[in-house]
Amino acid sequence: MPDIMNTVGIWLGAFFTFAIFSFLYKDNPFYKLAEQIFVGLSAGYGLIYIIYAALMPNLFTKLATDFGGNLILLIPFALGIMMITRMVPKIQWLSRYPLSIVIGTSAAISLLRFLKSDLIAQVAATMINPFATKVPSEIVGNLMLIIGTICGVYFFYFSKKQEGIAKIPSKIGVYFLMVSFGATFGYTVMARISLLIGRLEFLLKDWLHIIK
Amino acid sequence: MSLNTSSVIERRIVYFLLFLAVLLPLLFPIGWGSEVSPVVKMSYDLIDQTPAGGIGLISFDYEASTITEMQPMAVAQIEHAWSRGQKVIATALWPQGPQMAAQSFEEAKRNPLFKDKEYGVDYVNLGYKVGGMVTVQALGSSFKDVYPKDSSGRDWDTLPMLKNLKNIKGLRWICSLSAGEPGLKDWIMIAHDVHNVPVTGGTTAVSAPGFLPYVNNHGQLTGLLGGLKAASEYEALIDKKGPATTKMDAQSVAHILILALIAVGNIKVWIRKRDNAKKIEVKDA
Repeated sequence: MPDIMNTVGIWLGAFFTFAIFSFLYKDNPFYKLAEQIFVGLSAGYGLIYIIYAALMPNLFTKLATDFGGNLILLIPFALGIMMITRMVPKIQWLSRYPLSIVIGTSAAISLLRFLKSDLIAQVAATMINPFATKVPSEIVGNLMLIIGTICGVYFFYFSKKQEGIAKIPSKIGVYFLMVSFGATFGYTVMARISLLIGRLEFLLKDWLHIIK
Repeated sequence: MSLNTSSVIERRIVYFLLFLAVLLPLLFPIGWGSEVSPVVKMSYDLIDQTPAGGIGLISFDYEASTITEMQPMAVAQIEHAWSRGQKVIATALWPQGPQMAAQSFEEAKRNPLFKDKEYGVDYVNLGYKVGGMVTVQALGSSFKDVYPKDSSGRDWDTLPMLKNLKNIKGLRWICSLSAGEPGLKDWIMIAHDVHNVPVTGGTTAVSAPGFLPYVNNHGQLTGLLGGLKAASEYEALIDKKGPATTKMDAQSVAHILILALIAVGNIKVWIRKRDNAKKIEVKDA
């Protein structure tokens, strides 16, 4: 039985792969079918997974096995119920309370972490002595890091018109930004090609058994 | 033929060429090699220099959609850690992570060198936890409180390799294989920046440029694997001709084709602009 299910799964995978790829020719009912099934399945899978992986072990099982010892869990339980009231127009105002708690706590936790890791640590990482090393390529790299950061940030300084000598660092910043966009584009192409490779490998290996 | 129809046909030709550029190297491998980049070597060194018996953690923060890029990294790192006598914990901040971890361990165990690796002794799969950064933060206090059971429901106390592990500080290295949020960034922010545990990571190629600044003199990130290319480099470092290496031919041929298409596109635009300019000149005359 598992073998049959596996084979059916592979054939379905192959069918939906072709259905999605058919969009490259033009929009058609097969593509639409695959798209709708994907959206529905993803939503269904996500919901059921959250119930079994998050709600059951963290809430319902604990309350069912030791209600008295887990009374504190009634608070998130109540907040969760209040969140669902969004679906009832008359009492949907109740959902604002759990939402405000989520936003408040998330902002508080993230603010400190992002401030330390993304701002202070990143700025500090550019405060280096470029000549600390004797390797020429590293010295050039360090100088580019410092110049690139300063000029890149300066490009986004809009409080004073950038003209005359003040235009030079801005112009250099643009070149650094362009290089970074180019690198990002290259990485994006690599990622998208990897997805295509993955699908073709599935078709050739698991479906057709042409490659090992 | 209108400009619109011609553009649609051209687009289809591009898709077809790209299809061939990926298909043919998969059918007939070329065997092109690739050089190992310093950021991948840093990641490799982190695991390589960890003493035998040390515990490393791989967080499987991706799903099936990015399996082509991420799974080869996971398998290579597990095999590398096992070859150095280390133990590996798998966790997940994404719901499908535990399945990805199980598949990776299974694939690594297909290698005859590691067929005797035992669950609970050499590796565990602790499963998925919702919460992202909050979960990572909680691991700083107690692992057992966050993961009282593993992904199959086994109690923490029945898993021998976890006996002396109290919190995140007991780990020798952490690697987040991350396809988005939550993921690598949360591990950097908490595990390294708060608890000073070395963190390395693997990301899809599309996210890699965003993480490279964390590989800095503060050691926020100890190396980074970005996409399939980095996975193949890691395979080269552990002397393995794995799935990433075999797919790199297709990747390289596709990239050459895209470069050629960009060049052709630019020449076409240049010719069109020149013709238009000529037409305007004739009209003015």
